[in-house]
Amino acid sequence: MFHICLLMFSPQNYPLYIRSVPCQNELKFHYTVHTSLDVVEEKVSAVGKSLADQRELYLGLLYPTEDYKVYGYVTNSKVKFVIVVDSSNTSLRDNEIRSMFRKLHNSFTDVMCNPFYNPGDPIQSKAFNGIVSGMMVQTVCVF
Amino acid sequence: MDQESAAASGASLISLTEHEQRYYSGLRALCQADAPGKLSSSKVAELFKASQLPPESLHKVTEVCGAKHLGYFGTAQFYIALKLLAAAQSGLPVRLESVAGNLPLPRFAGLKNEPEMRYAAAPPASDPQGAPVGSVAWNAADRGSFRHLEANTDKKPEPWSPPRSPCGSPPRSPLTYRSYPYSKQRNGVDAQIPYDGKLSSRSIVQPEQHSSPGHYVNKLAAEHPAVAQASSAERLNQPATLSYSDDDPWRITAEQLDYYTNQFKILQPDLGALILGAVAKNFFTKSKLPIPELSHIWELSDVDRDGALTFTEFCIAFHLIVARKNGYPLPESLPLTLQPAPAQHPEERFPDTPESSEPLIVFEDAALRSCQVVKDPNSVARLDPTLASRKQDLQEESLNQDGSVTRLGSSREKPALQLGAFPEKPEPHQDLDPQTRTKTRQRSYSSTSIDDAIKKAEEPPTPPPRPQKTHSRASSLDLNKLFQQGAPGVKSGWLLPPPALPPRPSASQVPHFLKVSEQASQSKVQQPNFADFSHFREEEESGVKREEQGLASRFGLSSEDLGSTSQQDVSCTPHGQVPQKPIRRKYHPESQSLETGAPPPPMPFLPPAKTSQKLLSRQKREIQMAIRKNRETNAVLRRLNSELQQQLKVVHQERVTLESQLELLRPLAST
Repeated sequence: MFHICLLMFSPQNYPLYIRSVPCQNELKFHYTVHTSLDVVEEKVSAVGKSLADQRELYLGLLYPTEDYKVYGYVTNSKVKFVIVVDSSNTSLRDNEIRSMFRKLHNSFTDVMCNPFYNPGDPIQSKAFNGIVSGMMVQTVCVF
Repeated sequence: MDQESAAASGASLISLTEHEQRYYSGLRALCQADAPGKLSSSKVAELFKASQLPPESLHKVTEVCGAKHLGYFGTAQFYIALKLLAAAQSGLPVRLESVAGNLPLPRFAGLKNEPEMRYAAAPPASDPQGAPVGSVAWNAADRGSFRHLEANTDKKPEPWSPPRSPCGSPPRSPLTYRSYPYSKQRNGVDAQIPYDGKLSSRSIVQPEQHSSPGHYVNKLAAEHPAVAQASSAERLNQPATLSYSDDDPWRITAEQLDYYTNQFKILQPDLGALILGAVAKNFFTKSKLPIPELSHIWELSDVDRDGALTFTEFCIAFHLIVARKNGYPLPESLPLTLQPAPAQHPEERFPDTPESSEPLIVFEDAALRSCQVVKDPNSVARLDPTLASRKQDLQEESLNQDGSVTRLGSSREKPALQLGAFPEKPEPHQDLDPQTRTKTRQRSYSSTSIDDAIKKAEEPPTPPPRPQKTHSRASSLDLNKLFQQGAPGVKSGWLLPPPALPPRPSASQVPHFLKVSEQASQSKVQQPNFADFSHFREEEESGVKREEQGLASRFGLSSEDLGSTSQQDVSCTPHGQVPQKPIRRKYHPESQSLETGAPPPPMPFLPPAKTSQKLLSRQKREIQMAIRKNRETNAVLRRLNSELQQQLKVVHQERVTLESQLELLRPLAST
């Protein structure tokens, strides 16, 4: 069974959204993700000198841990997305991860557009949840 | 008393004139029952019988007024029943719609001794909604009408025959009365009453219903600065009395639409403009719905996802709020009846492709993303507006922390989206570059993959024109044709190498030919030696395209005897000298063709029967080799050509710069 976990962090690095499929081993995922935040910060600060280029929003494979691959993505407002996937999920290509991040960013933008959402609140939007579930199920079930 | 209050509330739901009010309450007093709020059914039955209507219509009346449903006659039911009786007596069908109109009072036979009692016993109405004024007035009017009624009764044979005069005061009057205390509270009631009726046709008779709209009315009143006109309240009450055949709570009625329009105008005078998110937020927060629900409502109604509400979206949102207030659970997705019609804003309808329009998060296939195609059936292609709006959204995201929402106001393009289309957003994007995507998926997943794909698409260039197959059988070659073709065919004549050797008997002539060819090549003679060469040259100039064919044919012919010739040919053509190459090539093959042309004519007539098969196979091989080599040389030459052209361009540019410098220097030199 393939695992995939998505987390979103605010610019202040507290979690905005956590979701993983399947629901076991969540703590492990969370731990991995939190450690990866350091890597993200590193990349972000390195990138910060140049202008916000689109490519640099996608941070790519942050680092492969024993079993998992961690991918990072940061938005213009320094909201960070992190995806953790099984290493056994070799068929997940880079492009697919990119497209996942793109979808997430779109959904997140829509959530932001909602005036009732205060930035920094945990995201409770049903539409957003729906999209994330759909995406995760798709990635998990395809393989 | 409860009965009176119920009566009053019930009365407000159906329009009763003063006369009717009094009359009915009197009648009700007549039928005073055991339990408060309930009328004694026996007495009611008596009264109905007194109305002298056929029993079926009495049954119908009971049914329609809701008493059958309830099991007893409440005040409201009773009143409605009375009205229905009146309607029936005047010949109208027994239905709730008939209750709306101005009806005469129902006539009851045999109830003589009641009026005085009735009026005396009629207690003042104590409306919990605060219409003591009305009740006092009612009492006062009561006395007056009492006399009036009495006078009327004298005129009619039946004691209770109601005055036929149309109860002149407009049916609104009691309501108007009562609406005064409401005036503050009824700001929203014009929106409420229709909901009241809509929610359940039966609820018209339920006095309890009045409390919920009342609450909502209170809340709305507090929120909305608009003061509803009493007239509008009255106007809206009229349809409230009608039964609503469609129970669809999601349909926006005309009155609601009017109300929403008014509210929209208050927030934003221009109906075609947008209401900003913050403004809408403040407005809807007043409805006292919990924030998550409001958030959900926003998600449902902001169809184009621009953080602002158009008029349509505003109506949707408002309607959802109202429905929620009335106890309807929020739907997960926009109900069909609420969805904005696709034809409404044609310029706004675009597919959900915000992905496509993220100039800030473009990845390597950004270029492909810029071309989008219609996908969603409900929407039309949207390109730049989405781009701009998305851009603004993303920028807004970053600015949001500063709290500046003014950027949203500038997104006037109003791209409209469909809610359900949001999950589809990625798909159109994916659909658009399926080829590259599949290609990238199958191959590598870097940006270069696209280039590779393109290169590979370009890779198989058209193969050089195949040599004619005629030469494969040397024996049956049409030498005249070859003769003509041979001459022009010679771009890379130095590759002539192993042309098909002529049949063996002619081998003796080979050395002779070789010598001749050598001489010809070395001499660089432009004029051919043989008289036939002029013919060759013409051919060459005219049909350059048949070079390869000619070459190959020549190969087929003279592959055998010119095997050694090829080497010499190669050596004879120095590649280093660029400008000479073409010339050399031209004439080389010319001479070659000459040689090959000359011997072949006599040769084929020799009996090659013995060696024909061997010739064939050898020729095939040689032809193939020749073809390969031709191709290579072609490629090489092409590259050379392009390089030379580039060099030429460079040289030209240098020349131009030098000349300009010279010109610059000249005036200096002169001065």
